[in-house]
Amino acid sequence: MKIHYKLPLLILLLTLVAYPMTPVFAKSMSSNELIKNTKEYDGKSVTYTGEVVGEVMLRGEFAWVNINDGDNALGVWMGASLAKEIKFAGNYKNRGDNLEITGIFHGACLEHGGDLDIHAQVVRKLGNGRIISQRLNSDKKNLSLILFGALLLIWILTLFRHR
Amino acid sequence: MILKPRLEDLKIIGFYLGKIILGLAFTMVIPILTGLFCKEFNPALDFIIGIEISVFIGLLLLKVCRTDKDLNWMQGMIVVSLSWVVAMFLGAVPLYLSGHWNSFLDACFDAMSGFATTGLVLVQDLDHLSYTHNLWRHLIMFLGGQGIVVIALSLFVRGFSGAFKMYVGEARDEKIMPNVIHTSRFIWTVSIVFLILGTLALGITGVLNGMKPFNSFFHGACIFMTAFDTGGFSPQSQSILYYHSLAYEVITIIIMVLGALNFKLHYHLWTGNRKEIFKNIETSALFITIIATFSIVAVGLAQIGSYPSVATLFRKGFYQLISGHTGTGFQTIYPQQFILNWNHLALVGVILAMALGGAVCSTTGAIKMLRIGIIFKAFKEDLKRIIMPERALIIEKFHHIKEVFLEDKMVRSALIITLAYIILYVLGALVGMFYGHPFLNALFESTSAAANVGLSCGITNIAMPAGLKVTYIIQMWAGRLEFMSVFTILGFLIATIKGK
Repeated sequence: MKIHYKLPLLILLLTLVAYPMTPVFAKSMSSNELIKNTKEYDGKSVTYTGEVVGEVMLRGEFAWVNINDGDNALGVWMGASLAKEIKFAGNYKNRGDNLEITGIFHGACLEHGGDLDIHAQVVRKLGNGRIISQRLNSDKKNLSLILFGALLLIWILTLFRHR
Repeated sequence: MILKPRLEDLKIIGFYLGKIILGLAFTMVIPILTGLFCKEFNPALDFIIGIEISVFIGLLLLKVCRTDKDLNWMQGMIVVSLSWVVAMFLGAVPLYLSGHWNSFLDACFDAMSGFATTGLVLVQDLDHLSYTHNLWRHLIMFLGGQGIVVIALSLFVRGFSGAFKMYVGEARDEKIMPNVIHTSRFIWTVSIVFLILGTLALGITGVLNGMKPFNSFFHGACIFMTAFDTGGFSPQSQSILYYHSLAYEVITIIIMVLGALNFKLHYHLWTGNRKEIFKNIETSALFITIIATFSIVAVGLAQIGSYPSVATLFRKGFYQLISGHTGTGFQTIYPQQFILNWNHLALVGVILAMALGGAVCSTTGAIKMLRIGIIFKAFKEDLKRIIMPERALIIEKFHHIKEVFLEDKMVRSALIITLAYIILYVLGALVGMFYGHPFLNALFESTSAAANVGLSCGITNIAMPAGLKVTYIIQMWAGRLEFMSVFTILGFLIATIKGK
C-alpha cells in the first residue's frame, strides 16, 4: 500500500518542480504567430483558440483534432476522453465547437513525423457549435429559371431553322 | 505576306469550341447529382446555373458557326487553347456563386489552377465548403489532367482527322494506339481503374485513421483524382497534413508517381511488358533526378536543422520533393514554412524538381523527363565527338518504348521547349519581384505556377495583386499546353491585326 501512496506523490512533486521550467504563453496565440515562430515556441506551453473543423479522428486512446483560428488549421493531439466533449466539427452544414487548447507546441514533432502540432493538456470549450440553417437562395433560383427560359428559346429557334 | 483569317476559319473554330463547351457542361451533371444526394440545394443551384450558361453558349456557337468542314492544324491548336480559357470562365461560375471566392478573378484563378492541374488556391474558408463544390474542384483537376479535349474526343466525337490536331494541341504528342479516339479511351480506362483502386486504398486508410466512412471515401476519391492527375487540390485547408497519417502519405506518393508516368508506359505495363519500366529513358531520368534533387533538399535541411531526426527530415523533405517533382503540389508543411524553416539550398532543390516535372504524355507539367533525357544524350554525343577520332561514326540512341536513334531535330525540339519553360519561369519570377517579393520566393511560386505544380511558399493568397494573379493564370495555361497552342493563338491574333 505504501508504494501505491508514494508514487502519485512523487509524480506530483516532479510535476511541480518541472512546471515552472516550461514557459506558458497565457495569451491565446494565433496560428500565424506559431507557424512564423516555430523555433521560439517549440517545446513550450501555448494557448491556442479556434473552431474544430473536419472531424475528430480517434487513434486508440488519443485523437487528432484540427482547429482553425480563421487563418490556418493546426493539428491538436489530445486524449480521446478530451475529444469526446466535442459535439460539432465545422463543415458546410455545421459550425464547429470553439475550443481553447493549452498544450505543448511542436514546430516539428518527433512523435508525429515532423508535423507542426500541439499536444493538448487542457481543453476548454468556449462555445458550442451549431447546425447552419440552409434556405434556398431566391436570387439563384430566379436566375436559373430565367436561364432555363433562354435555353428553351434557343431550342425552339433551332427547331424553327431546321424546318 | 501574312494572311488575314477568313470568316470560315472563325466559323470552324467556333463550331468545335461549341462542341467542347457542351462536353464541359455535361460534366457539371456530376456535382448537381452530388448536391442533390447530399441535400446541398444552394450549391446544386450554382451548378444548374453553370450548366445553363455553358449549354446556352455551346448551342449558340453550334448554331451560329454550323459547318461540316474538318479542322486544319492552326484551327485545331486555336480550338484547344481557347477551350482552356473558356473552360476557366465557365468552370469558375459555380465556384464564384458559392461565395467562397472573393472575386470572379479569384474563382477564375482556382478554375484555371484546377483545369491545368496546378493546385494553387485562392479559396476562402475551404473547411466549410460544400461536398458539391469540393467535388467539382477535384473533378476539374481529373478532367484537366486527362485533357479537356480528350474528354470531348472520348465522349462526343465519332472520329475525324481534326481530332489528332486537337489531341496534339493539348500537349499529348504520343499516340498510344493507332487511333486517337482509342488512345483517349485507353487513357480514360487506365484512369478509371486506378480511380477505383486508389479510392478504395485511401478510403480504407481513412476509416482506419478514424474518419467516418462516407467522409473517408469522399476524401479518398477527391485525393486520388488530384494525386493521379498531379493536381494538388485537397478537400481541407491543411492539404495532406489534415490526415496526420504516414500511410496516407505513402499511398499518395505511389499515386503521384503513377500519375507522373507516361500513359504509353502504362499501356506496356498493362500488356505485360514490365521490363519497359527499367529500360525506358523517362523512368531512368525520373529516378536519377529524384535522387539528385532530394540530395540537395536533404543537405539543405540537415544544414538548417529544422527537423529533430533523420526520419522526420526524410518524411518531410521527400514528400514535398516528390510532390514538387511529379507536379502535384500536396503539402505536409504550411506554405510559410518553406521560407521560414527551409534554407535556400533546400528551396533550390524543390524548385529544380518542380522545373523538371514527370514524363511526357502524363498528367504532369514542366520540362519533362523525355526532353531531359534527350538533352543529356545530346551532351553525351557531343562529348564523344570531342574525345573520339574525327573519322569515328558516333551514333547515340535511347530506349523509349523502342530503340530510338538520336536525331538533331529531336534535340532542337527538346531544347526549344526547355528554353521556353525557363523563360516562362524567369518571367513570372520577374513579375513577382516587381510586386516586392525576394528573388527565390518569386522564382519558387512562378515555377510552381508555370510547371503546374501547386506548391506555395505563401505568395499565393487573396491579398496578392490582381496583376500577379493574372500572370500566374497565364503561366498555368501556357505551361499546361506546352506553348504550341499558345504560340498559334498569338500568331492568329497578329494575323487578324496585320494580315491582308
